[in-house]
Amino acid sequence: MAASAPIISFREVCKRYPGGYDALSGINFEVDTGELLFVTGHSGAGKSTLLKLVAAIERSSTGTVLVAGQNVSTMQRAARPFLRRNLGLVFQDHKLLYDRSVFDNVMLPLQVIGLTTKDASRRARAALDKVGLLAREKANPMSLSGGEQQRLCIARAVVNRPSILLADEPTASLDLETARSVMEIFRSFNQVGVTVLVATHDLAAISQLQPRLLALSKGRQA
Amino acid sequence: MSAWLRHHFHSWRGTIARLTATPIGTALNVAVIGAALALPLGAYVLLVNLQTLAGGFSSQAQVSLFLDRSASSDDIRSIEDRLRRESGVAQMRFVPRATALHDLARSANLSGVIGALRENPLPDAIVVTLDGNNAALAEHISQTAGGFAKVTHVQTDSGWMRRLDALIRLGRTVLVLLGVLLSLALIAVTFNTIRLQILTQHDEIEVSRLIGATDAYIHRPFLYLGGMLGLLGGLIALGLVSGGLALMNTDVATLASLYGSQFRLDSLGAPDCGTFLLFSGLLGWLGSYLSVSAHLQSVD
Ligand SMILES: Nc1ncnc2c1ncn2[C@@H]1O[C@H](COP(=O)(O)OP(=O)(O)OP(=O)(O)O)[C@@H](O)[C@H]1O
Ligand SMILES: [Mg+2]
Repeated sequence: MAASAPIISFREVCKRYPGGYDALSGINFEVDTGELLFVTGHSGAGKSTLLKLVAAIERSSTGTVLVAGQNVSTMQRAARPFLRRNLGLVFQDHKLLYDRSVFDNVMLPLQVIGLTTKDASRRARAALDKVGLLAREKANPMSLSGGEQQRLCIARAVVNRPSILLADEPTASLDLETARSVMEIFRSFNQVGVTVLVATHDLAAISQLQPRLLALSKGRQA
Repeated sequence: MSAWLRHHFHSWRGTIARLTATPIGTALNVAVIGAALALPLGAYVLLVNLQTLAGGFSSQAQVSLFLDRSASSDDIRSIEDRLRRESGVAQMRFVPRATALHDLARSANLSGVIGALRENPLPDAIVVTLDGNNAALAEHISQTAGGFAKVTHVQTDSGWMRRLDALIRLGRTVLVLLGVLLSLALIAVTFNTIRLQILTQHDEIEVSRLIGATDAYIHRPFLYLGGMLGLLGGLIALGLVSGGLALMNTDVATLASLYGSQFRLDSLGAPDCGTFLLFSGLLGWLGSYLSVSAHLQSVD
């Protein structure tokens, strides 16, 4: 791919949580548009924190986080929703809504941006189809297997056609084969131009992808 | 349909669904709001009626001059001429003693007693109506007239007018206090109701925020819900007050007939009802706005 401007860049980023714990310190890296990057490290290394800084869920204590040309570290509260509409997020704890169907979970991001029901339905079904869950659209997420729930999270994350996809431990508690199939889904999105950041400690699941890695250890780049 | 309109449409559907999902809870909330609003509304209606009543008696002060038995028609004419020269006198009416007795017999149902009287005990009188209800002017006229020959006694009604006026003013102050207090109560009730709603939808709100919902988007369905609760509470309050007035009017009719009056307590007119409903809806909206804002602040 031709050299392009970085779509994500961290400069001397530190994150200290209230209470004084430094979850991240001295982080410097860049991700180019269309890149696939895996953030690895042991539990507590700061992987989730790093992804939260990109999505403006947390704010860096010092340093600069740039996402798609915007300085997320100093971003106004009112601007955050519009940043997030350009991001697809897969959360470590899923954050699925169990009071509604699989289909309605995927509809939510489209309702937030005010798409017509007709257009939204079409896009929601297309996203479910891509992750192989179209047949389960009427089911409650509770009745899905662990791997299916992860795929549902991915469908919800991509339904808005984001330019950046962030996934936090998307293969946790999945067997190796299922984990690999989920990682394949991320690669397929990356192959159509989506910038993808995946946080994982599951190196076996990504070994076949020969990916670029950003290794963290105790909040520092290893 | 624009995205904005679609948001509103979705929010409305959600609001109706929420109101009907827990009908008993909704009914109780609306009843509490209605009762809280009924008090100041009822007080307001009574006050308006009291003002009408006072205005009906006279918005202009009157001074009555009672004349000596020996006053001749020349004396009377001279008194009237001198009064006419005073400023602030709107109207004068000579009431012969025979007419006064006849009026008294009719209005107080005393014809039996009066018929038994051998002679008319009432004096001739001149009733002076003043411009406006000005207590100082009434005082001045009554002093002046008290000095006229053949005037035995002067009576002004500005004293009780002033007392009634003060009473109405006090009533208005109490009403404002009551209104402010119960408006705060209404805001608190909707604040709490919406807070409970937010708790049941905590996950949906969190996820919506994470996938790019604006604060306005989060607020909207709750604002509708709060506004609806206020509006429905307002309707209940109007119903309560109308019912209360209807009940009271049977007693008022009895009382008024004793005074030979057709007076009835009037209900609120359509513009007042509209204003009141708008106000109660706004209060509900405000309570809801504060509730959602407080929640968004706390999760930020
Ligand atoms: N909200 C918070 N307040 C205080 N400390 C926090 C908070 N969130 C995370 N931490 C701490 O920051 C460190 C990094 O946490 P983080 O969740 O980023 O790790 P992680 O690499 O994602 O771990 P895991 O693989 O277990 O998910 C941890 O020691 C954690 O206890
Ligand atoms: Mg984590």
